[in-house]
Amino acid sequence: MNALANIKTIARRELGAYFASPLAYVFIVIFLLLCGFFTFMVGTRMGTFFEHGQASLDTFFIWHPWFYLFLVPAVGMRLWAEERRVGTLELLLTMPITSWQAIAGKFLASWLFLALALALTFPLVITVNYLGRPENGVIFCGYVGSWLMAGAYLAVSGITSAMTRSQVVSFIVSVVLCLFLLLAGFSPVIQFLSGWASPVVVQAVAACSVITHFENFQKGVLDSRDVIFFLSLIGFSLFTTAVILRGHRK
Amino acid sequence: MIQADGLTKLFGHKRAVDGISFSVARGEVLGFLGPNGAGKSTTMRMITGFLPPSAGRVAVGGFDLTDQPLPAKRLIGYLPENAPAYTDMTVWGFLNFAAEIRGLRGAAKTRAVNGVVEMCFLESVRHQSIETLSKGYRHRTCFAQSIIHDPDVLVLDEPTDGLDPNQKHEVRGLIRRMGATKAIIFSTHILEEVDAVCTRAIIIDRGKIVANGTPAELRQKSDMAGAVTLRVSGVAAAAVSARLHQIPQARRVAVLEEINGVVAVCVHPKPNVADGELPRAVGEAAQGWRIQQLQVEEGRLDEVFRSLTLPETVDQKTGVGSRKSEVGGRKSE
Repeated sequence: MNALANIKTIARRELGAYFASPLAYVFIVIFLLLCGFFTFMVGTRMGTFFEHGQASLDTFFIWHPWFYLFLVPAVGMRLWAEERRVGTLELLLTMPITSWQAIAGKFLASWLFLALALALTFPLVITVNYLGRPENGVIFCGYVGSWLMAGAYLAVSGITSAMTRSQVVSFIVSVVLCLFLLLAGFSPVIQFLSGWASPVVVQAVAACSVITHFENFQKGVLDSRDVIFFLSLIGFSLFTTAVILRGHRK
Repeated sequence: MIQADGLTKLFGHKRAVDGISFSVARGEVLGFLGPNGAGKSTTMRMITGFLPPSAGRVAVGGFDLTDQPLPAKRLIGYLPENAPAYTDMTVWGFLNFAAEIRGLRGAAKTRAVNGVVEMCFLESVRHQSIETLSKGYRHRTCFAQSIIHDPDVLVLDEPTDGLDPNQKHEVRGLIRRMGATKAIIFSTHILEEVDAVCTRAIIIDRGKIVANGTPAELRQKSDMAGAVTLRVSGVAAAAVSARLHQIPQARRVAVLEEINGVVAVCVHPKPNVADGELPRAVGEAAQGWRIQQLQVEEGRLDEVFRSLTLPETVDQKTGVGSRKSEVGGRKSE
């Protein structure tokens, strides 16, 4: 009970911090612009949203792993780097809270912020429902997957943010880490690997990829394995963040 | 309230804090003195649970910071060095956050925030963003945060750093008043603060305690403690010196200066000379001279500080007025 109240207090402060700076508004506007542009102007191999001729948001979701590659580290980079730079980390960790409550509170705040940005793409859902009769279950599933994937990227950015005082360093390193998570399941990479590595290795690498897991959500398949993949990635990253934060205090 | 036993902190191979033991009871204000890098901030970070000790233990209110950090931290208010605060928040928002995380809700929270805003003179900047505040206000905002839950234990790392003289005066008054009911430990570079605020002071150097006592006791360690300075005119310095050397209680006689026929000398007592004996003897020896001034020195904290923390370079000639009253500059992490 007490723990939840602490997490809530920290999360609310953190969310407030996003909206106190231009970051939140810049992020939301760029995210929405990118979504609109790629959905309607670029689309998939099958064509753009309109050329597709289907009442679905495939052309929208397919780009999410790539948007997040740059945008989520931008949200996550300040989480701990800023606290360390300004010195408020000392204040926060000497409050009567556990470091887990601080980590959970800060992570939830930024994850909720990403949920808000995602929710603001609702006009697309309205549009596609107006134009045709899409399977809204599939769309919902896509949103859930997209949010989970954003959470995984975010938790990884949290690790890099805890490692450094510099937000720039944090951003670059987390982009690279997220790129690895992305490329692991990218078909050219898999083809390249299967040329010389054993199928077990190829499968293991592909299983680490956010793309393979996210694709299932896009198809409307809510597989517990995919959910567990993202949640365990988040859990592992938050745990690593805790270890790093403890390491600084050694 | 605070109990530290053999507190040690290693950074790599460097012993930042080396086996420090002390205790602070309710009603005590303990001043923590030491040169830059002596281990003051590291010790405070261990007391507040930010850094785990490499060896030894520290307990606040009977709760060990390593085994039971939460109940211990609830008792502590902490002002870290450089007074960090969330710069994107307003003073009001920041203090509400601090109150909430200390478990204050509803009317109690409002009362606490209003109380510290008034106590720390933050009324005029209440709705201003912390980013836009001057250093003094920012400092007081962080100070306000540390006392918002009326803690039993206050740990203040350089609470008057960066304040103007009026603000320093206010903060010292605040610490002294709160010291009556709380256990307070604060670090400072400014020795006059020790006299103004502390009931007891600890000097640490290179991670070790080199002195622990009331300000008066510490002054006793000074070479100047109990010395008598005498200014007379109409006599030659050599004659004055020769006659004063005859005093049985005198350990050493130093001629300080001779300007316009006025001779200033300093007579240092031997150890274990009773109070008042040396000035009486000096007074008797000075019969027949025109005495301009006869003064008993109390001893100087800055001198004690220097002799304890810089033993190899101390000037044994005790030139009066030649010492700087402040030791050390600002610390840059």
